[in-house]
Amino acid sequence: MPTYTLTVNGSAHTVDVAADTPLLWVVRDSLGMTGTKFGCGIAQCGACTMHIDGVATRTCVFPVAGAVGKKITTIEGLSSTSDHPLQRAWREIDVPQCGYCQSGQLMAAAALLTAHPKPTDEQVDAAMTNICRCGTYQRVRAAIHRAAGEAV
Amino acid sequence: MSSLPVSRREFLGVTGAAGAGLVIGFRLPPRRGAPADEFSPSGWIHVTPDDQVTLMIDKSEMGEGVMTSMRMVLAEELDADWTRIVVGPVPENPAAWSRRMSTGGSTAIRTSYEMLRHAGAAARSVLITAAATGWGVADSECHTEPGVVVHAATNRKASYGSLALAAAALPVPATPTLKDPKTFRLIGTPVKRLDTALKVNGTAQFGIDVKVPGMLIASILRCPVLDGTIARYDAAKAKAVPGVRHVVELPGIPGTPGGPLPPRTAAGIAVLADTYWQAMTGRRALDVQWNAGSNATLDSAGISATLAKLADGPGLEARKRGDPVGALGSAARKIEATYEVPYLAHATMEPMNCTALVRPDGCDVWAPTQNQTGAQAVAAKYAGVPTDQVRIHTTFLGGGFGRRAESDFVAEAVQLSKAVGAPVKVIWTREDDIQHDFYRPTSYHRFSAGIDASGAPAVWTHRIVAPSIQARFGPLRNGIDGTTVEGAANIPYGFTNFLCEQTVADLPIPVGFWRSVGSSHNGFVTESFMDELAAAVKKDPYQFRHDLLANSVRHRAVLDLVAQKSGWGGSVPAGRARGIALAESFGSIVAEVAEVSVAKGRPRVHKVWLAVDCGPIVNPDTIDAQMQSGVVYGLTAALYGAVTWKDGKVEQNNFTDYKMLRMAEMPEVEVHIVPSTDSQGGIGEPGTPPIAPAVCNAIYALTGKRIRKLPIGTLA
Repeated sequence: MPTYTLTVNGSAHTVDVAADTPLLWVVRDSLGMTGTKFGCGIAQCGACTMHIDGVATRTCVFPVAGAVGKKITTIEGLSSTSDHPLQRAWREIDVPQCGYCQSGQLMAAAALLTAHPKPTDEQVDAAMTNICRCGTYQRVRAAIHRAAGEAV
Repeated sequence: MSSLPVSRREFLGVTGAAGAGLVIGFRLPPRRGAPADEFSPSGWIHVTPDDQVTLMIDKSEMGEGVMTSMRMVLAEELDADWTRIVVGPVPENPAAWSRRMSTGGSTAIRTSYEMLRHAGAAARSVLITAAATGWGVADSECHTEPGVVVHAATNRKASYGSLALAAAALPVPATPTLKDPKTFRLIGTPVKRLDTALKVNGTAQFGIDVKVPGMLIASILRCPVLDGTIARYDAAKAKAVPGVRHVVELPGIPGTPGGPLPPRTAAGIAVLADTYWQAMTGRRALDVQWNAGSNATLDSAGISATLAKLADGPGLEARKRGDPVGALGSAARKIEATYEVPYLAHATMEPMNCTALVRPDGCDVWAPTQNQTGAQAVAAKYAGVPTDQVRIHTTFLGGGFGRRAESDFVAEAVQLSKAVGAPVKVIWTREDDIQHDFYRPTSYHRFSAGIDASGAPAVWTHRIVAPSIQARFGPLRNGIDGTTVEGAANIPYGFTNFLCEQTVADLPIPVGFWRSVGSSHNGFVTESFMDELAAAVKKDPYQFRHDLLANSVRHRAVLDLVAQKSGWGGSVPAGRARGIALAESFGSIVAEVAEVSVAKGRPRVHKVWLAVDCGPIVNPDTIDAQMQSGVVYGLTAALYGAVTWKDGKVEQNNFTDYKMLRMAEMPEVEVHIVPSTDSQGGIGEPGTPPIAPAVCNAIYALTGKRIRKLPIGTLA
């Protein structure tokens, strides 16, 4: 199997996996970082969202080979102290219920705030297409707006 | 002071090893059939000398906030320092538990509230006695502040931890004094969830995240035809995939009725590898031929026809008042309608998974389960070890909704671990999840109602045809499945003549509990048909319901509140209309008003006003969240949800064809809680039933089109 060197949350890791292995499973199984979740396997639900060079990416369909040389950020690396403005807002509003989709929601929201520091509701709708079966959408929206206000 | 609902012996004060501190076991409502005097504690409070308080209780956290609300109830009566209480893991041996260890039916608070209050109050009482004895004063001269006993006259204070050892030697009072609810400092306030911090940085451990040394990952290619079998297979290519260690044939478990929720699994071929992707790659390389078996021609059109035909004959009476047949015969006008709803999958965000390690003398199971007792029994059976040698390690659940009351995934993991002699984690794909669920049953409903000469509704009859969930447990009592008729046999409206009938459709498709169960369809059909009656007599849908609730005071108050908060009858933005619906389920009453527009045939729900009476509340913020959640779950199903069958196979695959509501379609949901001292109800499910009818009634108000079959889909 080929060898790949990945930069995840600022650290270099060398993994030995098949070329078509999705980045999600490399991070979960080879690197043992399980904060990023598997939800659908076809880039529909967003539970597997990471940042690749700052772009929110659904990694369940993103082959490991495409991630070499890029800066990969997972939920574990969103903030070393869990105090990213979005994480604070998520706690203040108590967004999560079961919590399974929330890593992906946070990573999608973080990319949104980078692109649009003060997103409109329409921009939230367009960027936040992650599925939440607990139906936390109303609080996700509120927390994004709160974090956007705080980040000013 | 309220009375203790258990005998004195059911409290137990024990001191463990030196330094263990105060341990109080308490017994939750006992297992059905357990001897009345048997003592087996089912919850524990542990106060240690370092001022830590631990609560051990048997509820799974699947998003409903139960860890937080249980802690609140205990902290309230114990008068503990909120920040020094932790909730321990769900205990691992359900066989030693006094009640079935499970989380479902919106029962967690209802069945634990009083017991937790008594346990907290009992612990507080012995801590006070320990302090008073040490100070040489009367108990009555002492009071508590969070985490400390205080003797105000001498300004002496002792922390609970410092008293724990002395308290452990004291008898535990059987009838501790409970707080007056008016003095609650936590219960009834919006307390932050305990699990949020873990869920915003990826550290919360779900079943899929479990790591056991030496663990293999399994992916199972299951027969796509229901109850089909393996004809032959060639695993050579799968075994050639790097990392693949084993290929194991699983024969399938038929799900023979008997006992609680017997597992049923499809026949399949499991590929076990070092990593998930290797297992998936091996699975894709399998060459399998299946025997389709007896369901080769099963399809949704045939199922619908079967249900409709069964609806032609009489059903069994689930509830009857007055003379419904006579009243229909003499009615001035008859209104008739038929409704149909489809099978639904649960589609929890975390796909089914389970990790098992079978040893010769026991078995460990790590599972996101709503049903530890069931998981333990299933694991014991397939591991071939005694039940009490199985340990169930409960993780966070990435959604439950009833799906994780099942133990099919446990049976698979245990069989595989036993077969290969290593720990095995089975991970389902989303396609596996949608195609091998225990579905919310399809159902077919025939209504006839009569209007008398004065224009008043005189009779209501409702015949329900559906497969039975309870038939899985064994023969039905009097032929009635209570879950099929819940929310239909007990509608709150004052029809003098009333009939609710049920006919069980014997279909081979696995069915199970899906958030709000029978009320998920009965809420839709009864509240839609109520709307039809209101329209037939040209009455406002709210007023029509209100007038029929003269003897249902709680229901009427909830309906009135939602009407008031939504400004029912007032102006509505152009192009929109509102619908209203009311449903009682799981002891709680919920009314919803939905404001809807339709563009290019697609309904859009803009806002939902919701009123709920669930009796005495614990955490209003959790209720708000659960009501929003219930609305989204029910709205998703109403708009899109259908599992359909062709050639014995489920036609849907993934979120592309089993669609989910997303942010852009999310209505604003405004929740109002009715202050109530009435009996306590659940909150996990009751938000779901009223949303489909509220939306469909709004669509009718807007377009004149009555939706009698779900999902709504695109309007013609």
